Amino acid sequence: MESSLSEYRVLDLTDEKGYFCGKILGDLGADVIKIERPGGDLGRRIGPFYKNECHPEKNLFWLTYNTSKRGITLNIETADGKAIFSELLRRSDFVIESFPPGYLSRLGLSYEEMRRINSRLIWVSISPFGQEGPYSSFKTSDLVSMAMGGLLYITGYPERPPVRIGVPQSYLLAASHGAAGALIAHYYRGKSGVGQQVDVSIQEAVTRALFLEPLFWDIEKFVIRRDGHYIKRYKLRQRELWECKDGLVFFRIFGGPTARRNKGLVEWMKEEEGNAGVLESVNWDSLNLSGVSQEEYDNSGWEEEIGKFLKKQTGEKIKIEAMKRNIIALFPCHTCQEILKDEQLAQRNYWVDIEYPYLGAAIRYPGAFCKMDLTLCRIGPAPKIGEHNREIYIQELGMSDTEYNTLVQGGIV
Amino acid sequence: MMKTALEGVKVLDLSWSLTGLLISKYLADHGAEVVWIESRAHPDVTRTNPPYRDGKAHPDHCAFASTALTSRFSFGLNMTKPGARETSERLIQWADIFVQSLRSGVLKEWGIAYEQISQWKPELIMLSISIYGQTGPRGGVAGWGYHTQGFQGLPYFTGDRDLPGVSVPLAFSDVSTPWLAVSALMAALDYRRKTGKGQHIDFSQIEAGLHFIPGHHLLDFSLNEREYERKGNHCDYACPHAVYPCRGDDRWCAITIFSDQEWEALCHGMGDPNWTKEEKFSTLRERKAHEEELDSHIGEWTRKFPPEEVMHLLQASGVPCGVVQNCADLMDNDPQLGYRQYWRKLSRPGLGECAHPAWPVRLSQTPYKLRPTPRFGEHTEYICKEYLNMSEQEINSLKEEGVLEFGYEPS
Repeated sequence: MESSLSEYRVLDLTDEKGYFCGKILGDLGADVIKIERPGGDLGRRIGPFYKNECHPEKNLFWLTYNTSKRGITLNIETADGKAIFSELLRRSDFVIESFPPGYLSRLGLSYEEMRRINSRLIWVSISPFGQEGPYSSFKTSDLVSMAMGGLLYITGYPERPPVRIGVPQSYLLAASHGAAGALIAHYYRGKSGVGQQVDVSIQEAVTRALFLEPLFWDIEKFVIRRDGHYIKRYKLRQRELWECKDGLVFFRIFGGPTARRNKGLVEWMKEEEGNAGVLESVNWDSLNLSGVSQEEYDNSGWEEEIGKFLKKQTGEKIKIEAMKRNIIALFPCHTCQEILKDEQLAQRNYWVDIEYPYLGAAIRYPGAFCKMDLTLCRIGPAPKIGEHNREIYIQELGMSDTEYNTLVQGGIV
Repeated sequence: MMKTALEGVKVLDLSWSLTGLLISKYLADHGAEVVWIESRAHPDVTRTNPPYRDGKAHPDHCAFASTALTSRFSFGLNMTKPGARETSERLIQWADIFVQSLRSGVLKEWGIAYEQISQWKPELIMLSISIYGQTGPRGGVAGWGYHTQGFQGLPYFTGDRDLPGVSVPLAFSDVSTPWLAVSALMAALDYRRKTGKGQHIDFSQIEAGLHFIPGHHLLDFSLNEREYERKGNHCDYACPHAVYPCRGDDRWCAITIFSDQEWEALCHGMGDPNWTKEEKFSTLRERKAHEEELDSHIGEWTRKFPPEEVMHLLQASGVPCGVVQNCADLMDNDPQLGYRQYWRKLSRPGLGECAHPAWPVRLSQTPYKLRPTPRFGEHTEYICKEYLNMSEQEINSLKEEGVLEFGYEPS
C-alpha cells in the first residue's frame, strides 16, 4: 500500500476535543506528531485503563484515539518551547489545536502570527463554539455540547430529564469535521499553494447531526421531543426499540414499499408459534401508514403481537432470522462482546491487533474506517509519552545530547 | 468573489437516502460540481418525507431536501431502463469521483461495477457506501441506518440505570460517519493528483461507526472483559455532572464540574448557599458518594431560573454549563449560531424560503457556499446539452423511452 499523505506532517496539539482528528489523518498515512505537555496529556487520565492500572500509558481512551501518531513532549509556554515549536512549524503542513480561543494569541503562537513562518500551513482549530462570537469564550464538556447542539433534548424518556449518548460523541463529531475540512483545504493548497485556517465549532458539529428535527420547527413550528422507545415523526407514534428475551432490539413497522419487508417477521412468527395473530390479516403489499390514524394504529394490536413475540426470542436468534429472512428493519442490540464476535467484521478482517511491548500485550482495535484499494487506511500504534523525543529533537532537528538534556531538566520537553 | 476549495472537481452521485448525499453535499458546498441522478422509479427519502411546505405531499415541497441536496444539479435518469446505460457511462466518463450506495449486484447488471468501469476509466475514484461493506456474508445486504445503533450497542450505553436503555431517534451512523468518507475521498484525490491513479473505496457505515460507538469501550471489553453500564448523565470522574430542571415547560440546563476550581465557581455562582459548605460535598470523592443529594440541591436552585439565565450566570463564573436547547432555541434564539450564520435562508420554487443547516467547519480562504436545492429533474436538460452534448433529437427520444426524466409541473 502506498500512502498518499505520508509526505505531509501534522503537528497535533489537541486535548480530548481533537484527538480523533489527528488519528484520521494518521490512519490515512500522514506523519502525525502528537505534542504533549511534559509528563503527558491530561487526557491520559480519562479511563478506562488496561487491567485497571491507573497509569497514563495504559489509558484505553487515549490509546484508542491517538493511533498512527508519533509522540513528543514540549512545553509551548516557555521561550525555548516556542522556538522549537516554530522550528517544527517550518517543517510541517498541518497544525491541529483545540485550545480555548485566544490562548495561543496570548502565547504569541496564533495562526495569524505563525502563518508568517509558513504560509502554506493548514491550521485546524477545534473549539466549543467556534473562534469568534458571543459564546466563543464559554467552557464546555461533552454533556454541555450535546445540550447546546440539540441532540440531548431529543434523547431520553419522556418523564425524565434528557439523557446523553453514554459514549461521548460531540468531540468525535467535531474532530471528524476537522479532518474533512483540513483535507479539503489541502486539496485547494495543492492547486494554489495557499494555506488557511479551518475553524470547527463543536456545538455546530452536534447540531449538524440533527436532520428532520429543525425542519419540523422551521416549517410546522413543531418541536420534536424525546419519547423513550418510541418515535413520532410522521403523525404516527411508533415503537422503535423493543425488549427481547435478553436485551433490546430495534424494529419499526413500515408502510409503503418497505412494508413488504415486514412479511418476513410475520412468516417467522407463524413458523415459530403456529400463527401471527392479528398480523396475519394485514396486506403488507398495500399498507400505507400515512392513511392510518394514531387511534387505529394503537387499536390494531400489531405492536402488542410483535412485542409478545420478540420478548420470547434471544438477540442472537433475532440477528440470524432477520438476516435469513431479509427483515432489514429488525436488528438486536449488541454488547461489546457480541460486536467483537460478529461474523461479518471477522470475515472482512476488520480487527487490528497492535503489540505494545511495554504492556506485554496486544490491543485489538476497531480497524480502518474504510477500505481503500490503493492508498493507506490503517491503524498504527499510539505513542508512549515522549516516545519520539530523541528521534525528532536530536536526529531531525540536530540538537546535541547536552542541549536535549538541558531541555528535559528545564521541564521544556 | 471568494474562491471555492473544490472548484473543478466533478462528482457523479448515484446514492440515495442520506449518507452518500451528505458526502456529495459536503463537496458541492465547497465548490465541486455535483450531478445527482434521481428517478421517479425510486424516489429518494429527501423527496418523500414530511414536513412539506403548505402540507402538500409533493417532491418539490419536501423540506428534507434542504438538509442534503444543496448546491447540486438534479439529473432525472431512470437507471432501470436499458437506454440509461450509455448516458450513465457518459456521466462517469465526465466525473472525477463517483459516489454510489447501490447493491453490487445491481451495479454489475447496469455495467457500472468498479471492476467494469475501471477497465475504461482507471483514473476514476469510486466511493461505495453501504451499511456492512461490499464483501463478507452481509456484503451488499441492504440495511437501515437507524438500526446500526443496534449493531453498535448504543442503547446499552444510553439511558438511566434503572430503566432499559434508549436510542437516539435518528439514523445516527448516517449523520456521524459521512465526514470520514469525505476525508478518504480527499486523500484519494491527492493521490490521483500526484500519480494519475484512481481507486475504489469501500465504505461501511458500521466499520466507520464503531470508532464513535462504542469506541474505546471495545478495548475495555477485549482487555478487561468489562461491559459498560449506562449511568444516565453521570460521569465517573466529574461531579456534579447532570441535567437540571429550570423554570418553564420542559426546560433544562447541563452542569458539569471537573475540578475543585470549577466546584468553587459553581458554589459562588449559586450565591454560596450553606449546604455547599458541608463536608460531604467538599471533595470529588465525597460529592460522588452523595451525588443524588447534591443533584437535588442544585436542582432546587436551577428551577428558580430560566436555563439561559443559569448558563450566563455560571459561565460568567467559569463553569461549563449550557441550555438543553430544542430546535426552537437553536433556530430562533441562539446568538452564537446567529453570529456564525449557521442557518442559511435559501429559497426555491415549491418549498419557498427555508432554513438550511450550514457546516460546522469554516475555511478562512475558501468558505463553503450553499447554493439552492434543485427541484426534481431541474437540470436534466441542462446537463444533457452542456455536459453531454446531446442533440434535441437525442434528448427527445430518450425522453420518450422514459430514460430521461424532467421536472414536475409546479403544483
